[in-house]
Amino acid sequence: MATRYFGVAMKRREDPRFITGRGTYVDDLTLPGLVYAAMVRSPHAHARIQAIHKEKALKHPGVIAVFTGKDMVDSGVKSLPCGWLLPGMKLPPHYPMAVDKVRHVGEIVAVVIAEDRYTAEDAARLVEVEYEVLPAVADGAKALQPGAPAVHDEAPDNVCFRWSIGDKEKTEEAFRRAHKTVKLELVNQRLIPNAIEPRAAMAQYNPATDEYTLWVTSQNPHVHRLLMAAFVLGIPEHKLRVISPDVGGGFGSKIFLYPEETIVTWAARQVGRPVKWTARRMESFVSDAHGRDHITEAELAVDEKGKVLGMRVKTIANLGAYLSTFAPAIPTYLYGTLLSGQYEIPTIYCEVTGVFTHTTPVDAYRGAGRPEATYVVERLMDIAARELGEDPAEFRRKNFIPPDKFPYQTPVALQYDSGNYEGALNKALEIIHYKELRRQQEELRKQGRYIGIGLSCYIEACGIAPSQVVGSLGAQAGLWESALVRVHPTGKVTVYTGSHTHGQGHETAFAQIVADELGIPIEDVEIVHGDTGSVPFGMGTYGSRSAPVGGSAIVLSLQKIKEKARKIAAHLLEAAEEDVVFEDGKFYVKGVPDRFKTFQEVALQAYLAHNYPPGLEPGLEASSFYDPKNFTFPFGTHICVVEVDPETGKVKILRYVAVDDAGRIINPLIAEGQVHGGIAQGVGQALLEGAVYDENAQLLSASMLDYALPRADDLPSFEIDHTVTPCPHNPLGVKGIGETGTIAATAAVVNAVMDALAPFGIRHIDMPLTPEKIWRAIREARAA
Amino acid sequence: MKVPVTVTVNGQVYQREVEPRMLLVHFLRDVLGLTGTHVGCDTSQCGACVVLMDGKAVKSCTVFAVQADGSQITTIEGLARDDQLHPLQEGFWEMHGLQCGFCTPGMILSAYDLLQRNPNPTDEEIRHALEGNYCRCTGYHNIVRAVRYAAEKLRVQA
Ligand code: FES
Ligand code: FES
Repeated sequence: MATRYFGVAMKRREDPRFITGRGTYVDDLTLPGLVYAAMVRSPHAHARIQAIHKEKALKHPGVIAVFTGKDMVDSGVKSLPCGWLLPGMKLPPHYPMAVDKVRHVGEIVAVVIAEDRYTAEDAARLVEVEYEVLPAVADGAKALQPGAPAVHDEAPDNVCFRWSIGDKEKTEEAFRRAHKTVKLELVNQRLIPNAIEPRAAMAQYNPATDEYTLWVTSQNPHVHRLLMAAFVLGIPEHKLRVISPDVGGGFGSKIFLYPEETIVTWAARQVGRPVKWTARRMESFVSDAHGRDHITEAELAVDEKGKVLGMRVKTIANLGAYLSTFAPAIPTYLYGTLLSGQYEIPTIYCEVTGVFTHTTPVDAYRGAGRPEATYVVERLMDIAARELGEDPAEFRRKNFIPPDKFPYQTPVALQYDSGNYEGALNKALEIIHYKELRRQQEELRKQGRYIGIGLSCYIEACGIAPSQVVGSLGAQAGLWESALVRVHPTGKVTVYTGSHTHGQGHETAFAQIVADELGIPIEDVEIVHGDTGSVPFGMGTYGSRSAPVGGSAIVLSLQKIKEKARKIAAHLLEAAEEDVVFEDGKFYVKGVPDRFKTFQEVALQAYLAHNYPPGLEPGLEASSFYDPKNFTFPFGTHICVVEVDPETGKVKILRYVAVDDAGRIINPLIAEGQVHGGIAQGVGQALLEGAVYDENAQLLSASMLDYALPRADDLPSFEIDHTVTPCPHNPLGVKGIGETGTIAATAAVVNAVMDALAPFGIRHIDMPLTPEKIWRAIREARAA
Repeated sequence: MKVPVTVTVNGQVYQREVEPRMLLVHFLRDVLGLTGTHVGCDTSQCGACVVLMDGKAVKSCTVFAVQADGSQITTIEGLARDDQLHPLQEGFWEMHGLQCGFCTPGMILSAYDLLQRNPNPTDEEIRHALEGNYCRCTGYHNIVRAVRYAAEKLRVQA
């Protein structure tokens, strides 16, 4: 294969429509007769619904209907399903609208359908709900205390599951033998994803054909369709078409099946008109699945040579009021299994308690479990190095899994495919001039300036995921990916992929792969996704799976296409199939390169199919379902340099260096963009972001006024580099890069700030590291 | 009660009757069908809805349609002239200043306003000027480069 496109930093083909305002997001769409839905949401975190009075709302001019949870359940609508089951897990029902009780602020109790969105919002305020307010709990640890208000009768102690991984005995033993142990209690605070495009859904029902169409902001339209059709609405899957057009960011929050999209689909049939709902930002804050929210106790045991002997981790994971689609997987298999980091740790034991609280459900948010694990590991490594009096880079180096030990089996289930951790570390240290920087740091300290250098050597498990593995761990689905490649008679190609883009540039990156493999111009390749009406069943985009899993499915189909085309070419060239070579878009007989048939000529013959030899089937298209053999394991080292102003507590990021290894890179421009965005979200968590609930489980940070997202002013320019350790088990050698930045950055930034604060004897502050928190910590330290 | 408004959008005059409380952003999107202007928040924080009103960047979610009566509005759809991308649009494309593209129209129009006031901004000035616009995808790194690209190109053209 000649690589004219793979590895080239090509500009994105999708951009012209976005920079001219011609993108098509769900809220941009309209239909004849369209009506609007407004949700009536609970202002209380926990309350019994005693009565709902619709009358006033129904009398409001322009209102078409008002429905409650009871209306839905009476018509046969079922609970929203959870797609990942753990042994012994409690699974209380979650109806699209609350029926008897509300369990978090923002839970839907009724929906108003009206002629326009202003009227719908007006009338939503006229729906009168009588509540008996009950005590509520928002904090995961408090929910476990005796006497805490129970979220569900099914789980009176609020425990959804208790889960563990690793060898408990062996780990205890390692701690008994330890020369030194290091302990850290930390909170990985709750985040709210905040894709800038709010979630939206528009549904239509056609009584003539008994078919539904749903346009929805989705990262995986087929999964939305499957869950909604089969589990909630009980309609045949082939009668529901789900279309997810341009999607304005997701970061995980658009993977899950939500109440609102289910409600509009159901309501469209009830009112006989198409129905649209678009979240207001306030609704996004209380209804999009949140992320993280762990309380953790972690310990590291180290021997006299500074080698890690073992790790012990205990985590309380706050799941919110209900189980979102993939919620149980995040704090267990995507977290506990990553606790080995880049290190050779002989034994690890991790216990996780999943807890219900009266808060918005928590599920995958960019990185999902892996940033939480990396934060634990990289904070512990830093603190251990400090307490042992070692340089944090050298301490890590000493404990790395060496390059000759791959594939490497960790004590927590995963088998790392390939890696060269020292390579990435060295490169990052070199770029930042580490030794010199440490010297400067010393000098500046003497002048009363507090510079901090923070490292984060992360690992992630991407390319989600081998179906057999995730099935054995509780996933209720296989996580392979599909691709259909259709060659048209003119040799132009349409690729239908089951993965879906919400900003990752698939239309460009996938086309690069296809154009190279077939030796055709990239302009001749079209990538189609996001429509269950045209794309074969696929699993969508999350967990950095599009390139390694989705891309590999495309390659498998291209191989089938080439095989078939070679047969046709052999026939046309009157040669034996084995003698036909395909190169740069041409088929020729070995040794006679000037007698050839182009890919386009062969494509045409595939459809003309005149005088075909017997047994050769006309047409040229192929579909494949690729099931990965293993996860992929991108890794790297990020280094952040900060300065802390001791008088104000303000942190300024001076430099940020990222060296990532995601295997082979299809399009470096796109890959770097993904890293930038990921770092921004990681920095956001470290310094700014956090969901704040009060004692009554009211969400105080429920708007962009109260929840601090990083702005252009808060971030530095990034210095990005790569090493390349190809993935050995997929045909592209790619590992995925969508989440690396987020996974690495929080630890890098927090380690940097703690390094800056070391002269004050400050060991740990929980995120977000706001000026106020730092200022208080410095003041206390100075007073002591 | 509806009131008449007359607005020139991207050079074309529109006369419509609207509710006095209708926001300019909904007027543009729902009444005129110009969906390039986006809504990202309820609190005038995100900047997804920025358009030019009489040449100045405004958040169209904080302006009522009736307040725009008699004014000249430019939306992202009207920025390219004669099929020629504006240097800012080109910059965002060249420098990979967008991913999902949702914040992009607002970003471009805010940057337009900046470059009118300050044709040669430093990186810091660019970051400062874009404080009212959130992008959740790009980390801003490439947006800053995109604006710089456009500034250079506009200076050469001038
Ligand atoms: S929609 Fe106008 S600032 Fe967010
Ligand atoms: S490109 Fe997605 S929000 Fe900016």
